[in-house]
Amino acid sequence: MRAKLRVKRFSTEGEASTNAFQEYEVDVPEHFTVLDSLIRVREDVDPSLALRCSCRASICGSCAMRVNDRARLACKTRLTSVAKEGEIVTIEPMGNQRVVKDLVVDLQLFWGKVRAVEPFLLPDGPEPEEEYIAPNEAMLNLLTPMGCIMCGACVSDCTSLEVDKNFLGPAALAKSYRFVADPRDGAQATRLQNLNESGGVWDCTRCNMCVEVCPKGVAPMERIMELREGVMDQGMTNTPGARHVASFANSVARAGWLDETMLAVDSWGKFNLPKLIAEIPLAIRVLRRGKMPLPGPLHHKLKGADAIGRIFKRLEGKHARKF
Amino acid sequence: MKYAFYPGCVSRGGTPELYTSTLAIAGKLGIELEEIVGAACTGAGVLQEKGQKLGDTLNARTFAMAERMGLTTILNICSTCQGVMAQANKRLLDDPDYLAEVNEELKPEGLEYTGRVIIKHLAWVIVEEVGLDTLKGLVKNPLADLKVAPFYGCYILRPSDALGFGDNPGRENYLERIIETCSAEPVNFPGRTKCCGFPIMLINERNSMAMVGNHTTSAKEHGADCMVTPCPLCHLNLDGQQPKAQAQRGAKIGMPVLHLPQLVGLAMGLSPKDLGMNQHVVSTKGVEAKASVRV
Repeated sequence: MRAKLRVKRFSTEGEASTNAFQEYEVDVPEHFTVLDSLIRVREDVDPSLALRCSCRASICGSCAMRVNDRARLACKTRLTSVAKEGEIVTIEPMGNQRVVKDLVVDLQLFWGKVRAVEPFLLPDGPEPEEEYIAPNEAMLNLLTPMGCIMCGACVSDCTSLEVDKNFLGPAALAKSYRFVADPRDGAQATRLQNLNESGGVWDCTRCNMCVEVCPKGVAPMERIMELREGVMDQGMTNTPGARHVASFANSVARAGWLDETMLAVDSWGKFNLPKLIAEIPLAIRVLRRGKMPLPGPLHHKLKGADAIGRIFKRLEGKHARKF
Repeated sequence: MKYAFYPGCVSRGGTPELYTSTLAIAGKLGIELEEIVGAACTGAGVLQEKGQKLGDTLNARTFAMAERMGLTTILNICSTCQGVMAQANKRLLDDPDYLAEVNEELKPEGLEYTGRVIIKHLAWVIVEEVGLDTLKGLVKNPLADLKVAPFYGCYILRPSDALGFGDNPGRENYLERIIETCSAEPVNFPGRTKCCGFPIMLINERNSMAMVGNHTTSAKEHGADCMVTPCPLCHLNLDGQQPKAQAQRGAKIGMPVLHLPQLVGLAMGLSPKDLGMNQHVVSTKGVEAKASVRV
């Protein structure tokens, strides 16, 4: 088949500096991946094309890049899965990271965040005479995060990192989960305290982008949600994020549906007068347009609210897993 | 076509115009809506942080109520509700033991979920069941001068394995197809499938407002007259919080944001007032003028 590749080129090297798309066409067999095709371009058409790859078997995590607007491993993406015969495939470097040249990004941001979560066991107590023993069942839920190959695809497409480089991001948080949930680790409480800070678990938007682009099924966002449970279980409940969850649950448990106005007030803090005063223009804006839902006791109960309340009583706080 | 209608909390709270505009177009499309009275909030992904089984049980209760009404398709007008329901449904159907465990919790109300419910968004119903040809026939006021940036947000697209994209890959582009059927021009822009920032609006306002500012500005820079969204939470942020995003950005944006049924309603020739467009924070007058409708 004829592969038509539209590749983002970037270089700051002297006179060759560029920042534009370049189109290539090469003949390739049907079974070729995006990576195979790029290598064919580099070997036969343009040796100046820079890309990073190694194993070509979805294990090393080197060749993550954006293919048709989303991060993928180029070696795991067959050309025919992203384009029909004759269609152009758009290939760009990963997002949210500084581009060094063409499809190669500087991984400093990625590794800096992974290092920040202390990605190694921190056992406490005396060292055992032989190895640390962990029951098999306690390790089962670690298999998913341990499947991470550090490719950076999730970091590339994370919508929170796009606006805030302070956010730890999906890869580092999934890695942190891997140690928080490890029965041999002795620093769970400190780890969770750190994750409760700005840039930690509460800055995730739950957009599912990392779940979608992860080539290894790590589902970082789901690990972040479990970490949020862990943070709240440790009693760290006086943050806007934890108050947001509590207020949400309170209103649904009481009335069967969400009390949006109280959700805002509780999340900001009921006694946070400066914030409440600052939001008066917003309240006036929505009141004028007849869209301020009635709060608190005025928030009417749904028919069936009592049955919903009983479900809460039985199930609230019953987590799949305790750290 | 009759559907079990799940309006969600926000269309009865912060965005009442979504409820109004849905009812205004449903009859014309041949969609009969029977509301699932007493159905709980889906949890919106937030309650699930308190325990997944709690959220899944509340949603299974809603599915069982729809079955008891004799209806198999739940029609959502909030893509967050739709996405959360679809994820819950997948977990329940993937694991019969889990479904049985959840059904135990529903017994006191005499409810049981048998696993027959299909979760759809209004956009999917319009394309897959009403049909775009039928919609085309109802377009009395072609929106020929209008450039519309579709803002999908998250839950109607991700996670795709819970949303039936394997059987229906076209769902990635339904908004564009509906926009075109209304004779308007879809505008492609970088924010199209990103997060609106609503889930962190009360937690990290600065980041949330940066997202609103980025998406609305980028839609404007790509030539859009307005945006359209299938999610009222996106609307609350992109429209309701746009003044705050403008202030943070230090630049005027002024990008009107329509709910999907409002766009369809305008194309059908309904009046902006009947579609609740006077309830928006960002003025829709420019859109109404371009749409050549009675103001």
